Amino acid sequence: MFTPSRISSAVGLALCLVAGAASADGPGLGKPLTEANIAAWDISIGPDGKGLPPGGGTPAQGARIYAEKCAPCHGPEGKGGVAGVTAAPLAPLVGGGPITDISAAMKRIANFWPYPTTVFDYIRRSMPWQQPMTLSNDEVYALTAYILALNKLVGDNDTMNAQTLPKVEMPNRDGFIPRFPEAM
Amino acid sequence: MSVPNYRRGSTKPASSIAVAGNGLLNRRMLLGRGAVLAGAIGTAPLGSLTGAAAEPPTDGPLSDPPWSLEPGVAIEPYQRPSRFEKDVVRTLNNPTGLPGAQGARTPHHLMNGSITPNGLHFVVSWGGAPDIDPDQHRLVIHGLVKRPLVFTLDALARYPMTTRVTFLECGGNSAPLFSPEPLQANVQALHGLASCAEWTGVRLSTLLDEASIDPKAKWFIAEGADAPHLARSVPLKKGLDDAMIALYQNGERLMPANGYPMRLLLPGYEGNMNVKYLRRIKLVAEPAMSYWEAKIYAPILPNGKAYQFYLLQEVKSFITQPSPGVSLKGPGLYEISGIAYSGAGRITKVMVSTDGGKSWAEAALSEPVLSKAFTRFRMPWRWDGGPATLQSRAWDEAGNAQPTRAEFVAQRGELKAVPPVGAVLNHHFNAVTSWGVDGTGEVKHVYA
Repeated sequence: MFTPSRISSAVGLALCLVAGAASADGPGLGKPLTEANIAAWDISIGPDGKGLPPGGGTPAQGARIYAEKCAPCHGPEGKGGVAGVTAAPLAPLVGGGPITDISAAMKRIANFWPYPTTVFDYIRRSMPWQQPMTLSNDEVYALTAYILALNKLVGDNDTMNAQTLPKVEMPNRDGFIPRFPEAM
Repeated sequence: MSVPNYRRGSTKPASSIAVAGNGLLNRRMLLGRGAVLAGAIGTAPLGSLTGAAAEPPTDGPLSDPPWSLEPGVAIEPYQRPSRFEKDVVRTLNNPTGLPGAQGARTPHHLMNGSITPNGLHFVVSWGGAPDIDPDQHRLVIHGLVKRPLVFTLDALARYPMTTRVTFLECGGNSAPLFSPEPLQANVQALHGLASCAEWTGVRLSTLLDEASIDPKAKWFIAEGADAPHLARSVPLKKGLDDAMIALYQNGERLMPANGYPMRLLLPGYEGNMNVKYLRRIKLVAEPAMSYWEAKIYAPILPNGKAYQFYLLQEVKSFITQPSPGVSLKGPGLYEISGIAYSGAGRITKVMVSTDGGKSWAEAALSEPVLSKAFTRFRMPWRWDGGPATLQSRAWDEAGNAQPTRAEFVAQRGELKAVPPVGAVLNHHFNAVTSWGVDGTGEVKHVYA
């Protein structure tokens, strides 16, 4: 049965007074947990690199992982996928000249993505498509290094880690306009 | 554009008042109960919109059909629509679930009213619908809060609930209209990535209060429990305004592909930000610049820059009947009907034209007109059998007008090449849609 809202408010208030945990309009049933216990889920990374884990990797290491785990969908050396493997052939992970059309098909890492951290974050949280969250942090760094090197955004021998990755300069960093800044 | 004025207190019979060019009639006709209306509607019934092949005879002696001569079938525990409604389903762009996005589009041209039944609610899925055991699902709130907290579904179910009707719309809805030539497709293909439901759940502000917000927090990152771990950054302002952790959709638990067992609901905001399978909210000072906000939902502008954090779904309307595939069957009286909505609030006015925007008249809005919800509009129209160009244009309570196509393209541009109809190559199209009616009653998508 439903608890009359009057009573649940009273319970909420009582908990608030006793435990200091509830807001005025809720029963205060959230259980405290430590950041240590959240760690496995806390995969957020800021554009400034905040949240990047320890570890690192090089383009050469990334190339080997890519050939095994990424190329089946994304094509060799990031050149794009083929029909039938994915819902639509995947766009290349490389290339991208000046943007001359409003089509999203123009968007590439080198001519569009504003932050290098997004490459690491997206690989770690979503890839490989069939087995996300199975790559080690070193593998994610290595793949990030490989893809950025394919795009000539880092050198072929540059190691990507929590210190170096946020410093990679993305050409389209300032290419964006917030649509409703007053709501932000 | 000329908008004829017709006096609200007119003593003329409503049906005789033409309010704009090419046969548009006073919307108050739809509200009347008189014989004038009944007789007029009888000329061309609007119920025959699904194109049924044979109509029953109405001129001979009546007799009992078979279903009136024996008991019907047993009732199902969870009922489904009549087998005769088998075509009223969503269209899928990726029916076998290959890697990549899946979309299911709402068949607006075969529906009426303003609520989308759960089985017909649109879906855009970036990783399929996860099979989540609700007893194992948890929601964590952490980051810039004084007390990081974890909630079970059972715990959330004990919180005070709020219920509201709101639309959801994919940022990529209506993307085919960025084409430089009008794509010939029905309203489901063009505008089917928008739906409207009644949602019930717990106010996010209640949970944020409980966790106690650190004043440094300006955004929160919402993350799903699905395979892509889809994550979007949301201004904290919105979280403290009308955001909800939705548990129920039209009275029942959320559908799996709509976010079961819980989703973030941000009324009026871009569909993708309403994170499904919500498992984590992290309060932060700056947005995360996730793949979906930094790359996908960042529409390119004609000058090569791109919008970021578009946030709102802006004021929009489209006519659902008649529309491509829902043709007219001979001259006579018809109801033009469609959907209007705005992420900025209530719809205040919908104007309809049947002469390509030369003249306009105000449509009737079906009550209740709710903020950030589908609003059904209706307009009586006497089709004379000649060519007509049908348009609708909506205004919202924030004073925003739905742009004409010309106004929109001047700001946002259009694609250089005609895209495949299912391609989403830009986002946030909200300009006027035009339907061209030819002398046979066929309806085509046109630019006017």
